[in-house]
Amino acid sequence: MQERQNWKTHITSSKSAVKINFKEVWEYRDLTWLFVKRDFTAKYKQTVLGPLWAVIQPLLTTVVFSIVFGSLAGLTTSDVEGEVLQMPSFLFYMIGTVIWSYFSSTVTANSNTFITNRAIMGKVYYPRIVTPIATAIADLISFFIQILLFCGIVLVCNLVGITHIRFSKYMLLFPVMVIQLVLLSTGVGIIISSLTTKYRDLAMLVGFGLQLWQYLSPIPYGLALIPEKYLGLYMLNPVTPIVTTMRMAFLGQGYFNTLYYIISLVFTVAVFFVGMVLFNRIEKTFMDTV
Amino acid sequence: MDELMIKVSDVTKEYRLGAIGGTTLREELQRRRAKRKHLEDPTLKIGETRADSNERFMALNGVSFEVKKGEAVGIIGHNGAGKSTLLKLITRITAPTTGDIYLNGRVASMLEVGTGFHQELTGRENVYLNGAILGMTKKEIDAKMEDIIEFSEVRQFIDTPVKRYSSGMYVKLAFSVAAHLDSEIMIMDEVLAVGDVAFQNKCIQKMREVADSGKTILYVSHNMATIRALCDRCIVLDHGQTVYDGDVNTAIGIYMKVADDAEKIYYGPDDLLRGNHCTLEHKLHSVEILDSNTNHFMYGDLIKIRLGWESPDSDANLELKVLFINSARGVVGGSFLGKLEHSEGLNYADITIDTRYFVPGSYFLNLKLYNQIDQGNVITYDTCEALAFTVEHSEKSIHLREWYNNWGSAVLPCLRHVEEKE
Repeated sequence: MQERQNWKTHITSSKSAVKINFKEVWEYRDLTWLFVKRDFTAKYKQTVLGPLWAVIQPLLTTVVFSIVFGSLAGLTTSDVEGEVLQMPSFLFYMIGTVIWSYFSSTVTANSNTFITNRAIMGKVYYPRIVTPIATAIADLISFFIQILLFCGIVLVCNLVGITHIRFSKYMLLFPVMVIQLVLLSTGVGIIISSLTTKYRDLAMLVGFGLQLWQYLSPIPYGLALIPEKYLGLYMLNPVTPIVTTMRMAFLGQGYFNTLYYIISLVFTVAVFFVGMVLFNRIEKTFMDTV
Repeated sequence: MDELMIKVSDVTKEYRLGAIGGTTLREELQRRRAKRKHLEDPTLKIGETRADSNERFMALNGVSFEVKKGEAVGIIGHNGAGKSTLLKLITRITAPTTGDIYLNGRVASMLEVGTGFHQELTGRENVYLNGAILGMTKKEIDAKMEDIIEFSEVRQFIDTPVKRYSSGMYVKLAFSVAAHLDSEIMIMDEVLAVGDVAFQNKCIQKMREVADSGKTILYVSHNMATIRALCDRCIVLDHGQTVYDGDVNTAIGIYMKVADDAEKIYYGPDDLLRGNHCTLEHKLHSVEILDSNTNHFMYGDLIKIRLGWESPDSDANLELKVLFINSARGVVGGSFLGKLEHSEGLNYADITIDTRYFVPGSYFLNLKLYNQIDQGNVITYDTCEALAFTVEHSEKSIHLREWYNNWGSAVLPCLRHVEEKE
């Protein structure tokens, strides 16, 4: 009995080094998938329109943006000074709204992970990171439905002759941008969720913070609105290059700067990494403080 | 067979008393700033020092044990002994403060059934979800789906959202999922025997089956009878420490002593736990065990008890009722002493309790002194709880070795058919 045994699990105090057990997360992939299904189906149960709501919400926001920021405020819809938008402004607002609604809903949902799931987490163990991953994926389904709708609208516009399909070579960056969006929103979300277990104050700030962040990103207006001298600072917002590049891909015109884009990528990876570290430290003992 | 499945070595878990986590960002920043400048901590009350604002509580204090493959180990201890904390650590819900726990295989807890059920999803969807939360893969659940549905007795409603279920159906389904877990290490709690009596018996039988199938089991219970039936080893926890680890019967004996720390046989006027709504015109005075220096009795013994009461009036109509309450605070049954003959002042009445009517376990008395004025109208003079006693298994109780919680705790007199005499 004295001989050394290979233990499958070792539980020790929380001050251990940061290590994310990817193998374990993979073993729980069925759970991840079921959480995705739960998040997605439960959201639309007992609604008449069902998943159509995933489409209606951004459409309504787009309409509001078109009226308030476009018609009433008359804010520019071009990303480059002097350039004129070749497509209906509706499409301009829509692509921004789609990106933002993914970002904000994922951040909001993930920032409450520990608090909303504490009933389950207090009773059974599973890798806690599964929940934020599942949330990010469930939101991604809505995101893709919305992107398809966008493409559909472009197609219809093309058929009736309002505009041409102007998808550009930046489309190749689309998968990268989606992954970046997932990592960034998950990262921000889990940073907030890790901190809210101790400081509930942050939870109050999330809604307001996200609104402010939206206005600091070129969602309701074009990048051309920002004066040249502040552009460098402005582009540090990691969401901005994603939005402008996405417009570059889908609208065929706009602003793309490799340097800023790479900065945004690096920023994203850093945020995600910090999030994972914090999450890892908190997940073992949060039940004692939540 | 000597392979170890669980190894707990010198584990402690410390909780800070008071407002845990009730700190705001501002307080934290103030505290850090003060620390840097070597000032007094501004978030503390005047005269308070760091040490006493964080009073510490050791929920577990150096617990070590090993469990071999195929063993069924019972964990007993009174409330607050650290049982739940220990299980929380083993099921990885929270991490120990110091020490290590090694596990060799998947742990499935049958602690709380139905956690993770989502109201909007159907029974079947919830089985998948709950199974996955408990650590099964989809394939494993698929393979067991039929058994689970069959066991749960809710086949008819399996494709209905669980929010439409009655609470009974809900727990039945939940238990079925938990019972069909296929992990190497099972953690069980008898509280999860759920539903109506028939289903409860089914649950306990299922737990026996699991125990007999060679899995490693940690079993937590307050019911010594099921501990005896299920476990082949027992650990007694008290105040966060292992008091005993070994043979089941010895462990139960130790636990019983730990549970009612003083072997109290006399309850005077100050020891009686008085109830509310009493006129106290006539008062219960004392309860005492006669002819014994312990409150532990072997099954088959007679318990002689002297009850005392005080009355200012010898003509008053007084009646006394005795209820027996078991350790789960359930009423076992009661008995009437009828009209009391008494004089002014202190009076005593001796009664005898036959332990053969009690399933081995711990009980206490609930006394009520009252007067029945006319049909149904009662004046309660005094009620109190007192006198705990324990009935232990003896050679006369062999027929009661297997007695489950949900069978009640009273043994009725033998029900043999007797020919009526002309």
